[in-house]
Amino acid sequence: MRIAFPFSAIVGQDQMKLALTLAAVDPSIGGVLVFGDRGTGKSTAVRALAAVLPQMRAADCAYRCDPARPEEACETCRARLDSGEAIDDRTVPVPVVDLPLGATEDRIVGSLDLERALAAGEKRYEPGLLARAHRGFLYIDEINLLEDHLVDLLLDVAASGENVVEREGLSVRHPARFVLIGSGNPEEGELRPQLLDRFGLSVEVTTPTDLPTRIAVVKRRDAFERDPAGFSATYAAENGAVRDAILTARDRLGDVGVPDATLEKAAQLSIRLGTDGLRGELTLMRAARALAALDGDAVVEWTHLARLAPLALSHRLRRDPLDEAGTATRVERAIGELEAA
Amino acid sequence: MAGFGGAGSAAGDAMASDGRTEAAVTAADRWQEAVAALALFAVDPSLGLRLHARAGFVREAALALLKTLLPADIPFRRMPAGIGDAALVGGLDLAASLDAGRPVAERGLLASCDGGVLVAAMAERLPPGTAAVLADTLDTGAVRLERDGLSAKTPARLGILALDEGMEDDEAPPPALAERLGLWVDLEGADPRGMGDEAPAAEAVFAARRRLTTIAVDDDAVMLLCQAAAAFGIASLRVPSQALKAARAAAALAARDQVAEADLDCAIRHVLLPRATRMPAGPDERDEPQEPDRESEAPQDAAPPEAGAQGDAPQDDDVTSADGPDDVTVAASDVALPADLLDRLSALMAASPSAHRGAGRSGSSANKARRGRIVGTREGDPRRERLDLAATLRSAAPWQPLRRREAGRAPAEAPAGASKAAASGRILVRSSDIRVRRYRGKAETATIFAVDASGSAALARLAEAKGAVERILAECYVRRERVALVAFRGTKADVLLPETKSLTRAKRSLAAFPAGGGTPLASGIAAALALARTSARDGRRPLIALLTDGRANIARDGAAGRPAAQADALAAARAVRAAGIAALLVDVGQRQGSAARELAVAMGATYLALPRADSQALSDAVGAASREASGSARHTAAAR
Repeated sequence: MRIAFPFSAIVGQDQMKLALTLAAVDPSIGGVLVFGDRGTGKSTAVRALAAVLPQMRAADCAYRCDPARPEEACETCRARLDSGEAIDDRTVPVPVVDLPLGATEDRIVGSLDLERALAAGEKRYEPGLLARAHRGFLYIDEINLLEDHLVDLLLDVAASGENVVEREGLSVRHPARFVLIGSGNPEEGELRPQLLDRFGLSVEVTTPTDLPTRIAVVKRRDAFERDPAGFSATYAAENGAVRDAILTARDRLGDVGVPDATLEKAAQLSIRLGTDGLRGELTLMRAARALAALDGDAVVEWTHLARLAPLALSHRLRRDPLDEAGTATRVERAIGELEAA
Repeated sequence: MAGFGGAGSAAGDAMASDGRTEAAVTAADRWQEAVAALALFAVDPSLGLRLHARAGFVREAALALLKTLLPADIPFRRMPAGIGDAALVGGLDLAASLDAGRPVAERGLLASCDGGVLVAAMAERLPPGTAAVLADTLDTGAVRLERDGLSAKTPARLGILALDEGMEDDEAPPPALAERLGLWVDLEGADPRGMGDEAPAAEAVFAARRRLTTIAVDDDAVMLLCQAAAAFGIASLRVPSQALKAARAAAALAARDQVAEADLDCAIRHVLLPRATRMPAGPDERDEPQEPDRESEAPQDAAPPEAGAQGDAPQDDDVTSADGPDDVTVAASDVALPADLLDRLSALMAASPSAHRGAGRSGSSANKARRGRIVGTREGDPRRERLDLAATLRSAAPWQPLRRREAGRAPAEAPAGASKAAASGRILVRSSDIRVRRYRGKAETATIFAVDASGSAALARLAEAKGAVERILAECYVRRERVALVAFRGTKADVLLPETKSLTRAKRSLAAFPAGGGTPLASGIAAALALARTSARDGRRPLIALLTDGRANIARDGAAGRPAAQADALAAARAVRAAGIAALLVDVGQRQGSAARELAVAMGATYLALPRADSQALSDAVGAASREASGSARHTAAAR
């Protein structure tokens, strides 16, 4: 099994790294969608994320329940809590579950425990990938190639935070709060617009075109492939810095103020762009707060909004096949207009 | 131009401008080129190899040669294009599981290829889903199994050799896979006969494999490969990395401990050049955007995704278009390329027989209905179809007391292990209990627009037609249907947009919609029919929407003359009817005439006169025809 490329060794692609970091600071921002050309390091960045995520405390159960949030505990933990038993907790890494494209629905939602069924004729639920991703990240590369009904299912669970299984005579529900990360290449088919809107942030990645950056990318990749362990070791300190930044930002998050003036600006921006619903505004505010926390700022300002608006809003705009400019440009334009006003 | 030559054979042009003819590159030279690439692959299979050739003697010779260069003890397995997920990544071995009374995983093809080579046959037919699984395996060096209640991760460090038999421009392995295969080799025109023993000795290859990790590369070499990739307009950053690996393999093979100039040239020839989306301008003409003569080929080209708008760019009077709307390809002007590099590249181009071709249409997935909605279960073989465990257990349940008694009474007659199973309280499952799932795949529709862009269809009408196409496109995009676009004008028909679901690609193609000239109606219908046939073969339901005034004046062979042109058009129309393809004819003439009506009858098409065609009316009409077509398809299916 190969070591993942270090997160801090990724050259450029700041938008993508920022979006992933923000999702790590505040998972309630919602999922991240990364679309763009091949060979731009989309999957590299997501797979690198696991190494910079701070560890978490978790109960000793199948779902790694959060000891700090007993109201979300699974059935096992709840039973123990009700009987007044203390729950053992331990420090575990945050899961980043990579969903393979050939996965079947029964493995995603969980299914009958085959071993028990075969050996003892016993009906028992075996948790699936959704359970494994609880409190962490679920990554789907080539999400645009995933079968539609599976995408629907994943987005549904991601939104509700709960996995309800009613199949094969089983009836189970368990917590499944995770950040969904999807990536793909729009040239091979796009996600339905209804689904785009369900992701918190979207990033459009492009290949760097300046030669020094390209050379740096190729060199680092080469160095990594020749000596994965050694290369990763040289970036351990930088990865640690990213991890510390995420932790500090999480601590600060509650103290970051959102002035009414900023809220008003966000609303003006949404109205100007004609985004449907409040989801865009809400995500923009949450992401801006996470950014302020990351930057060490006490309040959310217009600068935070302007930096994140393309990530939080561009995929929510109605697409116009005739508009060559693309939605990100429309968001930039609206930001410019608001600044001028 | 053969082989990877699709997006304007600028390599051929470069040869011609050098005063060299294609014949100068002999069959023997081409073979030698291919052998050099095969040797690189044998040294480092993780490079990946895309071998473009038709099945036959030459390809067999190449594969036989490759096998002699690879160690005999590593796996060398063949994968059919239609392989199922279960066979590829593994799954539940039902027979063994029942016998053992616990789930036994069956190793998939990928896991059993660990440390060896996987040969992907007919890679141009590979469905995108399968390609994505292969790509994931290449990226992570492992295969992840999440199926049939099993969960496992097994190492699978393998090299992929993709046999690409694509004939058409848009027949190519799915981009996700093609992108990850470093070496692109074309056997077109190569001939091993009459050649001496030019291949490196197997011992040399084995020695090179051991030496591989110790080869040093200096910064200049990395820079040169990055510059060369930029000069060829290659956007992906995976490619220069692969070129670097190839250079290292070449150095190892030449028993050097440092990558030398010859190794870099070798990497450029086998990794970069075949992917070129543009040819670097010579040092003297660097300031002017080079515009090779691509009139005849470019519009039909399925542009490689990383090539961006190169192939699809408006070709008509806009000279700067080759670099204009392109936001993906690295602009040559962005990077100051040293003159000697350009000289060197053009020398390499002249020497190399392969031109370029992108990764085209993302596979043509046959609609095998192995996914989609589950509509029930039936008896079947779980190795070929998906096991429905609950249904299997359910069907076994009523028989348990009986079987238990049987097993207890006559141990000799009962199936092996049954008495033991009965004693241990296990469920007794017989093969007759096994149920597999039945799926109903949803047949996709594909609307193929054939638009008369000639002078006789007035420009105003054309704008309306274009508006309708765009509107339908936006709707199809929401419904995830496919569209294709053929325009005919002058003397021929061009596929402006190969069948796609991608709005991004469609947008690029629609920008180029030249108009004016003669009306080669027959060619237009024929081109649309060809697309429709491919689409139907891949399990979709095509609909041809022909927008014309029905007045042809250019015959199939490109000759002018109204009577012959009309006769040809009617013949082409009858072919559509004979093929049983649903069609809609939209009369866009200023005065609705009998010509279009006659054509509609010959095609078996619904005739629709749109005196003042507005795009909404047109889009509604296509929507209705499409629904009708799917309705009748259902009836036929029900009748069967």
